[in-house]
Amino acid sequence: MIGSGEDSGFKKSNTINRRMFIFAAAKAVVFFGIVGRLFSLQINENKKYLTLSDKNRLREARLPPVRGEFVDYFGNRIAKNLTVYQLHVVPEQVEDFKTLIVRLKDILNLSDSHLQELIKKKNKQKPWETLIVSENLTWDEFSKINFYLHELSGARPVLTVGRNYPYNDTYTHVLGYVSEASVDDLVSNETIKERNVPGLRVGKTGLEKALENELIGTNGVQRFEVNAYGKRINQIDFKEGEQGKTIKLTIDTEIQKYTHELLNKRAGSISIMDIYTGEIIAMNSSPSFDPNLFLYGIEKSKWKEIKKDPLKPLLNKTVSGLYSPGSTIKPLVALSALENDVITTNLKVNCRGHKHPLELYGMKYHCWKKQGHGYMSLQNAIKQSCDTYFYEAARLLGVDRLNETAKKFGLGNNVLGEYFNEKKGVVPSTKWKKEAIGQNWYLGETLINGIGQGYIQTTPLQLCLMTAQLANGGHKIYPKIIYENNQENIETIKQKMKLAEENKLEDSSLLSATEKLFKKDEKTYDALYRNKENIKFVLDAMFRSTNEIYGTSFSSRIEDPKYQFAGKTGTAQVKRITEAERELDLKTSQIPYKERDHAWYVAFGPYKNPRYAVSILVEHGGSGSSTAAPIAKKLFKFVIDRHEYREKINKKNLATTDI
Amino acid sequence: MFLQSSLSDKSTFFQKLRSLDYVMLITILIIGIISSFAMYSTDGGELRYHSESHIVRFVVFFTMMIFISFINIKTWHTLGYLFYIIVLGLLIWASLFGITAQGSQRWINLYFINLQPSELMKIAIIICFAKYYHRIQVAHVNRIRNIIIPILILIVPISLVISQPDLGTSILIALSGIIVLWLAGVNIKYFFYSSLVFIISAPFVISFLKPYQKLRILTFFDPDKDPLGAGYQIIQSKIAVGSGGLTGKGFLKGTQGYLEFLPEKHTDFIFTLFSEEFGFIGSILLLILYAILIFRILRIGSFSRNFFGKFFCFGFGSAIFIYITVNMSMVLGLLPIVGSPLPIMSYGGSSMLATMIGLGIVMSTKIYSRQLIS
Repeated sequence: MIGSGEDSGFKKSNTINRRMFIFAAAKAVVFFGIVGRLFSLQINENKKYLTLSDKNRLREARLPPVRGEFVDYFGNRIAKNLTVYQLHVVPEQVEDFKTLIVRLKDILNLSDSHLQELIKKKNKQKPWETLIVSENLTWDEFSKINFYLHELSGARPVLTVGRNYPYNDTYTHVLGYVSEASVDDLVSNETIKERNVPGLRVGKTGLEKALENELIGTNGVQRFEVNAYGKRINQIDFKEGEQGKTIKLTIDTEIQKYTHELLNKRAGSISIMDIYTGEIIAMNSSPSFDPNLFLYGIEKSKWKEIKKDPLKPLLNKTVSGLYSPGSTIKPLVALSALENDVITTNLKVNCRGHKHPLELYGMKYHCWKKQGHGYMSLQNAIKQSCDTYFYEAARLLGVDRLNETAKKFGLGNNVLGEYFNEKKGVVPSTKWKKEAIGQNWYLGETLINGIGQGYIQTTPLQLCLMTAQLANGGHKIYPKIIYENNQENIETIKQKMKLAEENKLEDSSLLSATEKLFKKDEKTYDALYRNKENIKFVLDAMFRSTNEIYGTSFSSRIEDPKYQFAGKTGTAQVKRITEAERELDLKTSQIPYKERDHAWYVAFGPYKNPRYAVSILVEHGGSGSSTAAPIAKKLFKFVIDRHEYREKINKKNLATTDI
Repeated sequence: MFLQSSLSDKSTFFQKLRSLDYVMLITILIIGIISSFAMYSTDGGELRYHSESHIVRFVVFFTMMIFISFINIKTWHTLGYLFYIIVLGLLIWASLFGITAQGSQRWINLYFINLQPSELMKIAIIICFAKYYHRIQVAHVNRIRNIIIPILILIVPISLVISQPDLGTSILIALSGIIVLWLAGVNIKYFFYSSLVFIISAPFVISFLKPYQKLRILTFFDPDKDPLGAGYQIIQSKIAVGSGGLTGKGFLKGTQGYLEFLPEKHTDFIFTLFSEEFGFIGSILLLILYAILIFRILRIGSFSRNFFGKFFCFGFGSAIFIYITVNMSMVLGLLPIVGSPLPIMSYGGSSMLATMIGLGIVMSTKIYSRQLIS
């Protein structure tokens, strides 16, 4: 038993050992297989998997860029960023969302509809995404939240940056406003698309929109680690973004505010320009609205109210409003006629009143003055704004020559380039009518063009530029609203103008007068006239219009030479006056608002040493002399009083740029 | 012979203590310590539930293993069938009254521990077969009767475990048993034919599998097909291991682990977590420790004078090897994901208990290596 057991035991032992050996060899192979697999994953493909693991765990968040600010000429902030108090909730961190939201409703007096909206929003997003419960809390509400914070687990009071316009509706049409970026904004502007974050505010109108790419700033970047469920675990890296550029304007806030006051919610526009530098000192369109309303989305009822207002607060009348210039065009018509030698200053025309109007091909052309002006010289015709004289002057001049002069002085073109949604207006010519309307030009149309009615359409800013270019002695300037550092000294500019004038005299031997006068793309300070005497004559006539008895704006004159100004009134008809109406001779207040004349006044001052040009429009304001000119009187006093202060700052600016 | 046996039988306690395999003990201790650190890392660098109970279990079961070492190997031989029957009873109990978790009914609530009898079956099947083949002579191994009985012994628990359902454990039980059959000298052609049958019938078997089990097998062949669904575990595990590199991301710095990208990091994927933090070098080190452990077990088996001990050691050593390779191949994307813990490293009381019982019996084989069993 033992022996056989031993024998078979030996055999059995052999079998086991042999099979164990085979199996052990297999084991070694498998072990090496595993080692090989580890090697290939961890050594060969390490980089690939390291990248994948980083992709798993790292997320980048772009922070909202901090927008650049706007300052006025004196460095006052007119569009700034301010701290906004918000309340955020991360639903994931809230034990019971309903209880919290009801508690918050009590504390903040949230409306039911707001509550519904929040719940809808919460259901749409992921539980770890921030829900903005309140975008703009008052300080009181914010401190209340902080007081109750211990019982509001999951609620987070947050400080963020918002836009603020401290002068409310004063700058609305210059700056525009910001609001949440829309799909259109993202599609039309690459920079916005690239830097967009939820809740980003971008410019919608005005300079805020035009300068978007400079203002917007760059995103800060926050890199953080997330877990498998996308929850943020910790911050790894933080790079602060760069604030957008601060933009300095040429505008004086005090004057801007004053123009706002002068217009006093009437529909109209005031613009003031430096006649040498082209700097816009103020530019106001009225009525206005508060751009701060748009920051968090305007209420529907309020928006409707603004949109439906018959005075059109949304329209920037200064650059986008088109009006007949009325009699304000007369100095230009006179200049054009003189420059083209179709009349001399000695031409006399008899204005015989409504009983004996000028007749041409069966049409009657009335002067505004019922009893007529009698025999008028050119000077008197400008001074007293005689229509009959200018019918005759225009007839002699012809529409095409007037067109060329008008274009030269800035009508029919954008004044500020691309910044605003500017309207070019219309400066008619025979060619224009053929192309735009497809009809031949009639001589009668030339006549009414001569008094700024008919097809001619201008913006208030174009008339301001026209006046400025007359007032500076007839030299080309390019208006600007954004302050440029490489400012030239006023004396240098005057010298350059003088040089331009001399160059012109030298050249005149080579070029015909018309060629010289109407060459395109003038350089800054180029002379726009052929004979300087003609400019001087027109300016003198404008002086008389304001400062001599029988002048149309005589009642608005200032005698103190420090403030003394010269200007031209305008009363633009908005509809043809019928014979019956002419008989009635109604007062402005007796006519329905929409049919009243627009009141115009363009002027420059101080007369002895001019520096500023203004253009004033009051829509449906009646006559220029009764409504618009008195505004100029107040305005010039204010502007010239501010002049010294502006010069002081200017000198400081020039000094710093020299260093 | 008698003299020797009586000598070993009556050797003093200190003699027994001296004949413990210290290399093996130290290897187990090192793996235990490594597993504690790994568990500490899964708890996010804090001593919390998983790490605490894992350490307690390791200490308790390690002590238990030492005690088992001193139980005469003869006792295990005597109680071999009984042990198998008890575990089988527990399995039936689990199937009837067990606790269900994650769609599988595999635990028995013993109040102080939730016991998973299928884990114990991995050991019981080896003990049972070791006893069965202890007596049978090589010449009789391939008799029909001696083929049928072991297959029955094997099929009953396997079918119970599959029905829980627990594919992973049932495969491991099957493999543990088959190794002993192989060692006992069952003719190669049986293995050949049965694997042929298995391959042919595999499509039919698969059609009987639960949908999630089918999905796992399909996913194995193409994990990128559904990277956020079924393929997620394999992809994330490979990313974790691969991103570990040569030296690893450092202790407690495995991002895949602590940011919860790794599924089941306490249990089946503990090696992934370890490999991410300690890299290629750490993984090789752990593999070497396991290799030493297996080598020591096989060495003890080869010195055993009784066939029961020999069968058990060879069987158990090979089973440990299979557990390790199946687990590692799984987390490295070489095999489909089936639940299979890594011995000692993985969290889980029953697995630890079974492993320690097995190691205790191996140690007892060492101490009583001269013991003859009639």
